Amino acid sequence: MQRRLLRDGQIVIDDWRYVAEAADEASAALILSLEQWRLEPDTWLARGSRLGVVLSPADRVEQLAPDLRHFALIAAQFPGPSEGRGYTQARQLRDHWNFKGELRAMGYVRRDQLFFMARCGFNSFELSETDIEDAHSAFSTFTAAYQPSNDLGLPHKLRTAVATA
Amino acid sequence: MYRYDITDKTLVRQRVAQFRDQTQRYLKGALSEDEFRHLRLRNGLYIQRHAPMLRIAIPYGLLAATQLRALAKIARTYDHGYGHFTTRQNLQFNWPKLEQVPDILAELAEVEMHAIQTSGNCIRNITSDHLAGITPDELEDPRPWCEIIRQWSTFHPEFTYLPRKFKIAVTGAPQDRAASLVHDVGVHIVRDSNGELGFEIMAGGGLGRTPIIGQVVRSFLPREHLLSYLEAILRVYNLEGRRDNLQKARIKILVRSLGIAEFTRRVEAEWQTLRDTGLRVDDAQIERMRGFFQPPAYLSLPNLTPDAGKEAAFRAWYRYNTTAHKVPGYRAVFVSLKKPGVAPGDATDAQLDLIADLSDRYSFGEVRVTHTQNLLLADVEQRKTYELWRTLDSAGLATPNIGTLTDMICCPGLDFCSLANAGSIDVAKLINERFDDYDYIYDLGDIDIKMSGCMNACGHHHVGNIGILGVDKGGEEWYQITIGGAAGADASLGTVIGPSVRKDQVAETIERLLEVYVEQRGAEERFLDCVRRLGIKPFKERVYAAPIAA
Repeated sequence: MQRRLLRDGQIVIDDWRYVAEAADEASAALILSLEQWRLEPDTWLARGSRLGVVLSPADRVEQLAPDLRHFALIAAQFPGPSEGRGYTQARQLRDHWNFKGELRAMGYVRRDQLFFMARCGFNSFELSETDIEDAHSAFSTFTAAYQPSNDLGLPHKLRTAVATA
Repeated sequence: MYRYDITDKTLVRQRVAQFRDQTQRYLKGALSEDEFRHLRLRNGLYIQRHAPMLRIAIPYGLLAATQLRALAKIARTYDHGYGHFTTRQNLQFNWPKLEQVPDILAELAEVEMHAIQTSGNCIRNITSDHLAGITPDELEDPRPWCEIIRQWSTFHPEFTYLPRKFKIAVTGAPQDRAASLVHDVGVHIVRDSNGELGFEIMAGGGLGRTPIIGQVVRSFLPREHLLSYLEAILRVYNLEGRRDNLQKARIKILVRSLGIAEFTRRVEAEWQTLRDTGLRVDDAQIERMRGFFQPPAYLSLPNLTPDAGKEAAFRAWYRYNTTAHKVPGYRAVFVSLKKPGVAPGDATDAQLDLIADLSDRYSFGEVRVTHTQNLLLADVEQRKTYELWRTLDSAGLATPNIGTLTDMICCPGLDFCSLANAGSIDVAKLINERFDDYDYIYDLGDIDIKMSGCMNACGHHHVGNIGILGVDKGGEEWYQITIGGAAGADASLGTVIGPSVRKDQVAETIERLLEVYVEQRGAEERFLDCVRRLGIKPFKERVYAAPIAA
């Protein structure tokens, strides 16, 4: 079954495959686990397709940094509702390592988290089928923010407060 | 005080809409119990023993009269006519109906209040010195900085799913009245050798199951870097704090396991990536924020001795329930919420309305919440203290016990809280019944009792001069007693004196501890100093020498 996801505000059919899903698709854009990548990077590169990688919560962004140029997608994993490390991973990738590719939230991803996830730099979301249709409204939950961040183009108060004072 | 601009107003209203939607989805069955729990907890809503409990944020304890009236109205309309002030300067309602909580939040939003991040594993309400701006020993008013931190921490996208809750306290005076050393982060306003204003940053303090005193992460942080530095601390904690064990998830455990030097090294390294981003706080922002906390229009008045020649009851109240103000002719007045027979920190809707009126009449329309669960009218003319006292007294709000034995800090305990092992409110009542002689209480001087109904230590028992912790023993309520704790700049953790005692033995146990103090104290020696000098041995021996009668 094809997976739908929310990417850049649109519901789209996922054009990426996780390794386990892609046995018969030689040219598919592939999402690897970090371990799969590390074991044989040259083999994956030789494949010639676009590559993505999954960061588990305990993985550190700086360890991936030397390889970032190989990836068009990074997926941060949220194993459960209280997991929060992916938010920091996203900000580090966007702000510090200047990652411009697709940044995907996967695992426990609900519409109520999307606003903060988007502000941290995620632009694609694997949502459940029950959540996905209504999820786009989550991006407009708030129309301003207090912090500068990788965000939805919101005015943020740290600067605007001074400008309007 | 800080007033909301259009952005703040918009954000709290949007939060109300968001929470209304979440509540409706839950009530319709579209959100599971567990999914909703994660959402409601970030909005101060617990499901308690009897009903939901809603915790409302009172940023750094500061309230306008209009806000207090709104709280009174909520108590009357949605609750059983009272609220409970907490050790973190918040207010809790114990009886709201879940489906009415969005309406309560909507009423709060109209008076620039909310319940955002008052529970859950996120950055909680910023607390501070209740004497901020008026105390003679202050370097600088901490409240502008509290508000800067409040805004930065509100809906911080990166730190809403931390390993555990995160509490920040800010102080601007050498005397620490905000218990900052038992906070996850304590921010102390200091000056460097050039007289430049900045911050000493403490981290890793906390109470709960593993009480630890905070340690210095940075002895001087230039002021423009405050937010980037806090962000670095939070980021290290978010990535490295333990998530596998709830009991070990607070930052204090991370700091302890890494050691303060290694923790600091990691924070400093992360800070290098953040210090020159948009988080820099510039002078224009600081000045703008200071503008909100300018002194009110004080009159030019002489210092008086308002208690001279007055009746003993007023003199006692004046001595214990008022404190020095840096402006001549003024006094800060405590409104005691520690009347014997009333749960410590509780106030009725009528009392809240009255205090709001009194603040309009006597204190520029502002009220403060202290971390010791009392209220404060900060700017009262000395010449009007007598008439104010008469009104407070007639409303049961002038119990002359601030800073004394019966000014107990107390959590809601087993009566309300689903976490508690044992009652607290009824123990406070028993202590009040035993110690009802004010001559004796005043003779004991400066001493505090802090009481928690369980290990979570909401009543800060570890840092009570006398700490009382409720424990469950085979389904019965027992109490472990500690002595020698302190919450101020010389913070220390109390030591357990021995086996726990039954509820009906607590008051007698305290009496025996106090006997030793009265016998052994030096001139002007406080209970705390006496315990520190003697150690617990003589106290322990006295308590357990003979069977403790009920």
